[in-house]
Amino acid sequence: MQSDWQPSCSIELLRLRAQLLAEIRGFFSARAVLEVETPLLSYSSGTDPQLDFFTSDYCSYPLQQTLYLQTSPEFAMKRLLAAGSGSIYQICKAFRNGESGRTHNPEFTIIEWYSVDFTLTQLMDEIADLIAVLFKDRYQLETTQRISYQEVFYKNTGLDPLLFNYEQYSAYALKSESPEAIELCKADHNAWLDFIFSHHIQPSMGKNALCMVYGYPACQSSLARINKDNSKVTDRVEIFINGIELGNGYYELTDAQEQNQRFDKEIELRQQSNRPIIVKNTQLIAALEAGLPECSGMAIGIDRLLMVLTKNNHIEDVIPFSLARS
Amino acid sequence: MASYSTNEFKAGLKVMLDSDPCAIIENEFVKPGKGQAFNRVKIRNLKTGRVIERTFKSGDSLEAADVVDVAMQYLYNDGDFRHFMVPDTFEQYQCTEKAVSDASKWLKDQDICTVTLWNDSPLSVTPGNFVELAIIETDPGVRGDTSGGGGKPAVLETGAVVRVPLFVQQGEVIKVDTRTGEYISRVKE
Repeated sequence: MQSDWQPSCSIELLRLRAQLLAEIRGFFSARAVLEVETPLLSYSSGTDPQLDFFTSDYCSYPLQQTLYLQTSPEFAMKRLLAAGSGSIYQICKAFRNGESGRTHNPEFTIIEWYSVDFTLTQLMDEIADLIAVLFKDRYQLETTQRISYQEVFYKNTGLDPLLFNYEQYSAYALKSESPEAIELCKADHNAWLDFIFSHHIQPSMGKNALCMVYGYPACQSSLARINKDNSKVTDRVEIFINGIELGNGYYELTDAQEQNQRFDKEIELRQQSNRPIIVKNTQLIAALEAGLPECSGMAIGIDRLLMVLTKNNHIEDVIPFSLARS
Repeated sequence: MASYSTNEFKAGLKVMLDSDPCAIIENEFVKPGKGQAFNRVKIRNLKTGRVIERTFKSGDSLEAADVVDVAMQYLYNDGDFRHFMVPDTFEQYQCTEKAVSDASKWLKDQDICTVTLWNDSPLSVTPGNFVELAIIETDPGVRGDTSGGGGKPAVLETGAVVRVPLFVQQGEVIKVDTRTGEYISRVKE
């Protein structure tokens, strides 16, 4: 008899998920942050050089157009911010093609929010508050850690992540028994950072504690603002518990011109790595030109949060129907 | 030969790595939210038995290895090679001591075991999970002791030495778990 009709997680877990969602809504409602909804399907997609998207077709004869499933609600939410929404949050699905594994399902749930007038430090305070609420009476966490990317990288490897030195990085790869990194990463600073961080640093981060890493190297800035005192780093934060990456946040870039240049650069990178061509989101550029308020934004993966809370080892243990059962 | 992408890697898949046949043990997809996707793979070298970790860029591929497990009957040892036969086809294979390795101490004539072939030549031999072998040498036991506590060494007809309970006697046939090397029970003739 076929058994894959059944959910891969327990009914108990569905209850916990529902409670978490209610608590998240309560948290933001108490802070007068507005809940919003934006389209999952849109005419353009993000330009992130490392993300692949799903497409669909809009058919209304004779009209036929490609639509993209969002990899994150960021662009649409920023358009609301520019239109004067004030602080907003959204709980929604995001879709990333080709991502399946122990901590990945191509369709996943995120809580994303933007706090107007918040600096990155204030955002980190807010993240810590939210995590404290969600973990209270469920999971005893140790003191929250805040550490810069440079410091955590240096502590673990002796390398400076802000200054790419091929010889030193290669020597580290040999010493740490990952000689294949030399061939995989070549002279690509970003690839080296991703490799070393995900293999040798992240797994030991945030043992029974929330660990916030801030000040990412400028080459990993994405949509974050470059730090005003140190142009080598960007005002970006990532959070980890028990070695699991839970979320990513920025002190948001508001400069339309710079955003436009980053888009062009990302599109170029996508072309170099033979990823599908995408349409630049000119509506976001227009929104930034109209004026995005100073704000910080954060997205946290709800499924991974549930994994950590329930000490489950696989994302299938916390979602009813992963791709394999969908 | 076919090849497999990292997305197809799963436990048991046989692939070529550094010119050696290997078996995938574990495949973990690793991807920082905004970063490169990697596959961190645990892999066993089937020639040496050594387990290593190797990272690949997601989407990279490895050539498939022509490795198959075949049930064969152990025939005899000619001093240089051990000889095996596929019961259905009577096809015979000779294995070096290196390929037979630790399995040698469990191999009794006519027993069925698994021979792993790479490009049709024997790579390794795995005995059945349980074998029945006669004890050729052990100290006389104390009658009446059925507790099994303590025990004593016993030399089996294949040369293997296992711990058996005190009541088990020389000449008796016993059942042994080859994976742990532990005594299971006496076998009634």
